[in-house]
Amino acid sequence: MIRVQRDIFDVGKEIDGLTRGRTDIGAIVSFIGLVRDFNDGAEVTGLSLEHYPGMTEKELEKIEKEARERWELQESLIIHRHGDMSLGEPIVLVITASPHRKDAFEAAHFLMDWLKTKAPFWKREMNADGQENWVKEREGDLMAANRWSSKTNERS
Amino acid sequence: MKVLYFAWLKAKLQMNEETVPWSKELGDTDSLVRWMKSRGPAFAEVFSDLEVVRIAVNQEYITGNVTLSENDEVAFFPPVTGG
Repeated sequence: MIRVQRDIFDVGKEIDGLTRGRTDIGAIVSFIGLVRDFNDGAEVTGLSLEHYPGMTEKELEKIEKEARERWELQESLIIHRHGDMSLGEPIVLVITASPHRKDAFEAAHFLMDWLKTKAPFWKREMNADGQENWVKEREGDLMAANRWSSKTNERS
Repeated sequence: MKVLYFAWLKAKLQMNEETVPWSKELGDTDSLVRWMKSRGPAFAEVFSDLEVVRIAVNQEYITGNVTLSENDEVAFFPPVTGG
């Protein structure tokens, strides 16, 4: 399941929604990305996220489908926010559920690495001087995403 | 064709969306980009370094040259930075 929304999410509620009434799930992994107060050594005072409505949902659905083909997942959820956000607020949530921890851990890692390089979101940072900067793509993010393209990381 | 711009491309062009009439001369993405570069200083600047411009046709990433038709949606945007 994927959701693109302005509102803040509650990880506890979301996990409860995925697991309520079920006794077959053995492992839940959740990842939350937060707005932090620094980037590339500079102070950040706020963040705004733009996205491409329509394509964003399609890309997130593709990424989720890929994860569910590669790992044994009983449930998966991606929530990504857009709009203006304050420091410390959550930006993105990934939850994976599987019978055993390995699949949940790996799939959550994969989902985050792939969505960072594929889902059409763009971050704009505000700094203390009132300036705004579009965040630049990171080489490290591309390397992290490419790691999962390797055949050796695919499930046999 | 519907043409969309996002992030700093949108800011520099001061436009998020426009309709570009399809023609044989703009029949593929390479031709469309060449035409964009010729539209004035802001466009020339935005399309000067295609390493930092991603292209989607009908909400799918493309690489290389792709044929366009009248009802296509073409989007230009920088490398993504979500998550």
